[in-house]
Amino acid sequence: MNHALPPETSDTALAPGQRLLLTERKQLSPEAIAEIRAIAATFPDPLSATLPALYIAQKEFGFLSLGAMKEVALALAVPEGHVFGVATFYTMFRKQPVGRFHLQVCTNLCCALNGAAELLRKVTAKTGAQPGAGPTEDGQWSLEEVECLASCGSAPCLQVNHDVFDEFVDETKLEAILEACRQGETRPWGA
Amino acid sequence: MRHLRVKPDPQRYTFEGFGSEAYPNFSLRGAGDLDNWRLKTYRDRWDGYSALAKALKLEPAAVTAEVRASDLRGRGGAGFRTGMKWGFMPKDTPERKFTRYLVCNADEGEPGTFKDRAILEYNPHQLIEGMIIAGWAMQCRAGFLYIRGEFAWLVDKLDAALQEAREAGYLGKDILGTGWDFDILTYRGAGAYICGEETALLNSLEGRRGEPRVKPPFPAQVGAFGQPTTVNNVETLSTVPVILNLGGAEYAKLGTPGNTGTRIFSLSGHIKRPGLYELPLGLPLDFILNDLAGGSSTGRKIKAVIPGGASAPMFDAKDFDCPMDFDSVKARGSMAGSGGIIVMDEDTCMVQATLRLTHFFAHESCGQCTPCREGCNWMEMILHRIEHGQGRPDDLALLASLPPRIALRTLCALGDAACGPVESAIQKFLPEFEHHLHTQTCLPGTRQMLAT
Repeated sequence: MNHALPPETSDTALAPGQRLLLTERKQLSPEAIAEIRAIAATFPDPLSATLPALYIAQKEFGFLSLGAMKEVALALAVPEGHVFGVATFYTMFRKQPVGRFHLQVCTNLCCALNGAAELLRKVTAKTGAQPGAGPTEDGQWSLEEVECLASCGSAPCLQVNHDVFDEFVDETKLEAILEACRQGETRPWGA
Repeated sequence: MRHLRVKPDPQRYTFEGFGSEAYPNFSLRGAGDLDNWRLKTYRDRWDGYSALAKALKLEPAAVTAEVRASDLRGRGGAGFRTGMKWGFMPKDTPERKFTRYLVCNADEGEPGTFKDRAILEYNPHQLIEGMIIAGWAMQCRAGFLYIRGEFAWLVDKLDAALQEAREAGYLGKDILGTGWDFDILTYRGAGAYICGEETALLNSLEGRRGEPRVKPPFPAQVGAFGQPTTVNNVETLSTVPVILNLGGAEYAKLGTPGNTGTRIFSLSGHIKRPGLYELPLGLPLDFILNDLAGGSSTGRKIKAVIPGGASAPMFDAKDFDCPMDFDSVKARGSMAGSGGIIVMDEDTCMVQATLRLTHFFAHESCGQCTPCREGCNWMEMILHRIEHGQGRPDDLALLASLPPRIALRTLCALGDAACGPVESAIQKFLPEFEHHLHTQTCLPGTRQMLAT
């Protein structure tokens, strides 16, 4: 698992499609810090709050830049290296920016047996997003192949951002999912 | 509380005879009904929390004895006896008081398995009741529910269900007037298959990288936050209230001796009626596939079946009569694992299937032990070469030499798991691999199913 180093928030020129608004922010909001500290207090060891805190930071910053990780370390009063180690270990912590709608297609065996490759091609054709290549130029879409989403009985399966989950995705269903995103019925990433 | 998902889960839960005496349903009762998760439904319809009241009247040791009498085996993968596992927890002595924890493993990530998700969706209170009973049996301070990161909506649902239980007095301080305090916290993982391994899960719960720990010390001595801990699967804990209600000896009459009770099989792949099948242990595989699930979905013959989730070695046609219980499947050289049955028809290229599974394990290896980190990547590279027509004459021998150098040489079972598919595929479908080497293509008639 080789990770490209996450960009610094402050001094990297953003490529087209990278989302400016969320990454411009350099500090966690006071509410976020309060939330993180409240979570830390519920566990026998405050270090447990590392994963929840990274989720909160990811929501605030859009993705986990090095700046975001440093902020989490500061809020939790733990070494920056610990936070970096945790953030880079888990795949659901995004170290690179994603589009407003991050589409995740499971291509593991059960989904592959039921046409996940075909679904992935259709998503690419409809949105222009290439798997694993970052957001499209307008910043609307990003696409990723993921491992099992525990929907094997209803394969193939597609996940949009972190909360929309769809199974038995065929041509019509895919079009409906994408249309819901375009119409703003699906919450964008981080909202 | 954020929004609760109201969309019905698309899985199929029922089949002919479901819920009858022959196929009693315990963990999936009420599945498919969107209101089934609420405390009111659970109490009114399923006599919920009556087992808890029963358990709290017993001595903790008597509860463990009841579970031991049921001979319940863990449903997460290893099939370890639950009563025995609970018995490993140290007891308080006059000189030393322990802080004990209970952890529920809901990090369901094994390809082919999707049973815990249904329990969390439709029967969260049964799981919560099971956790409280387990907490009482082991006199735990607190319980943690570790849920995989992708199930964000289920974390919300569990939080809502836990709140209902707290308000009803089943959780929190002085539960049902016993003077015993116990609470359950949810914890959301972040997308790492390895966190299903119990010590990796504990590391993750502590806010660290999910890398498995060196054992011993086992979690029952040094677990979460350095304290004695028991880690049980969702399905195992959901079965505990059933055992208390039926009585251990009565529950043990289900299934076969040594493999008691029911378990949820997740059927996927080329099968007519995929979905969840809660069945007594010991039914033959071909009966489940053909009689209950309607056989192959494509009309072609079934070529291979993975009987216990992605890490279980494959079965070919000659093993389809295997009774589906822990011991029989093990005797045939595979493992019952998490109950995920993946069906592949005749037109499936086994090299592609093996490559996809190996890619998964190479991706999910935590990188801690060299044999697994390097070995899985090598197996993937060699399989990739073979599949894409660049196989070298000695590749098969090289590939076959890798599993013995990975399995049993790593801290956790992921290395062994990665070897299962490769070893069994080479052993059972050798002609396909040789065909790839000789002609640089897949067998005629097989489909291209890989994305990249």
